[in-house]
Amino acid sequence: MDKPLSLKSARTLQITYNLPISRTSKFWEGLKEGKVYATTCQKCGMLHFPPVADCGNCGLSNVKWTELDGEGEIVTFTQVFVKPASFSKEPSYIVAIARLKEGVKALAWLTGIKREDVKVGMKVKLVARVTSDGRATYEFIPV
Amino acid sequence: MGHSRFGDRSDVNLSELAFEAIQPSLEKSELTAKEIPYMALGSMGVWSEEPLPAVVIAEYCGLTGAGLVRCEAACASGSAAAFNAYSAVRSGQMDSALVVGVEKMKQIDTPTVLEIIGRAGYYMWEFENFGMTFPAYYAVHAVQHMAKYGTTEEDLALVAVKNHRYGAMNSLAHLQQEITVEKVLNSSVIAWPLKLYDCCPITDGSAAVVLASEKKAKELGVEDPVWIEAMGVASDTANLSKRETYVGLEASVRASRMAYRMAGISPKDVDVATVHDCFTIAEVMAYEDLGFCEKGEGARMVREGETEVGGRIPVNVDGGLKAKGHPIGTTGVSMLAELTKQLREEVKPSRQAPMKNYTALAHNTGGTGHYGYVTILRR
Repeated sequence: MDKPLSLKSARTLQITYNLPISRTSKFWEGLKEGKVYATTCQKCGMLHFPPVADCGNCGLSNVKWTELDGEGEIVTFTQVFVKPASFSKEPSYIVAIARLKEGVKALAWLTGIKREDVKVGMKVKLVARVTSDGRATYEFIPV
Repeated sequence: MGHSRFGDRSDVNLSELAFEAIQPSLEKSELTAKEIPYMALGSMGVWSEEPLPAVVIAEYCGLTGAGLVRCEAACASGSAAAFNAYSAVRSGQMDSALVVGVEKMKQIDTPTVLEIIGRAGYYMWEFENFGMTFPAYYAVHAVQHMAKYGTTEEDLALVAVKNHRYGAMNSLAHLQQEITVEKVLNSSVIAWPLKLYDCCPITDGSAAVVLASEKKAKELGVEDPVWIEAMGVASDTANLSKRETYVGLEASVRASRMAYRMAGISPKDVDVATVHDCFTIAEVMAYEDLGFCEKGEGARMVREGETEVGGRIPVNVDGGLKAKGHPIGTTGVSMLAELTKQLREEVKPSRQAPMKNYTALAHNTGGTGHYGYVTILRR
């Protein structure tokens, strides 16, 4: 079969989104102070992580900030080898989901351990981190 | 119905690819393009250049003037389009409608495709900082299923081997070569424990079906109609961290129970099924979620050949997403086209499921169980 013919489009579209965080700014500021916050609905008492400004469970928008202790246990995990384009410069990373002692679960990178040593049920701690390029994030570390 | 050849279809553009499915579906239904009052299109379309694919395709295929919509339910966009058109016909608003699925994923590079699909969870909490990929979303399910039920990487490989065997019998499939368990196990790791051959390929393809009311079908003199008995729909949280477990997809459970109830059947009445095997673990979980077996028994079903032709319930005997290919928005429509052929006993004997109740089930998942669609067809 002949090689299919195509035109290389002359129009390139590059998209960088601005991510609004006004209503959850305490969470992002907290990360820079080494704290991981969730929100608690003042009406139904539901603890939300990731944090929300509005409670989808009861419809109330008056939530309070609750600092998480961070202690948790691995529920499941993976290691990403084939990465998306925007993560191409990162070394292969482990992503884990852990249940925190407060009852909510979180998804984040698990660092400081080889995948071969990770087990479902393993104890970890969710900690705030600021990356070398100044980005606020959070990750699990083994305890 | 109509169905293009799946694969790398860089030989055609989006509209030309859609035409390959639409034209035969119109010819078989005895309708002309001008007579179609409504078209629902399933397409994600970020990887191809047209932002309004329904309009572009309608113009190219002579459907201009019909009511149009493009439906998004991620990998279940085709089923979402089918549900949209089915609702239009079922309500009496339209006497017929065309359902089309089309996807051209090979116009951009693979890391960018991974980027686009990886964002299809909860972008803010799963992708921005953590770079989840689609294989990774399913890998976390595989890890928990293995930890809880003892499912092994070899079990998962057996799903790929089965689906490639049927893909090799399907001239429209993207991957038409048989593979071995060793080949799967030795392929490169994509998102541990899922390897290259646990994953469906990136595929171009189109499919189309014409829906008509009972009255319209009679008017057209359709000799051998296949009926949509029921469509069940459901969803689950965007954040995976908000789910109870990772050994199944709750949206599949809910959508299937809704469909069984509406059709008045149980899983044992199903003669043949297509399930959403975007990854091998997804097929194992689908057996369990759809009630083909008890929770945790999915791997045993594939080990014992229960889902092969001649087994208790043949599944994905067209190659599935795994070997036939998974052009995102096309898959749901492709399933309906395949099952229509199965119900009419028109496929190659080697991959024809024996018909007892002439009842078929299509299970189509969008995202990682974010959207769930289950359709019951009957002839």
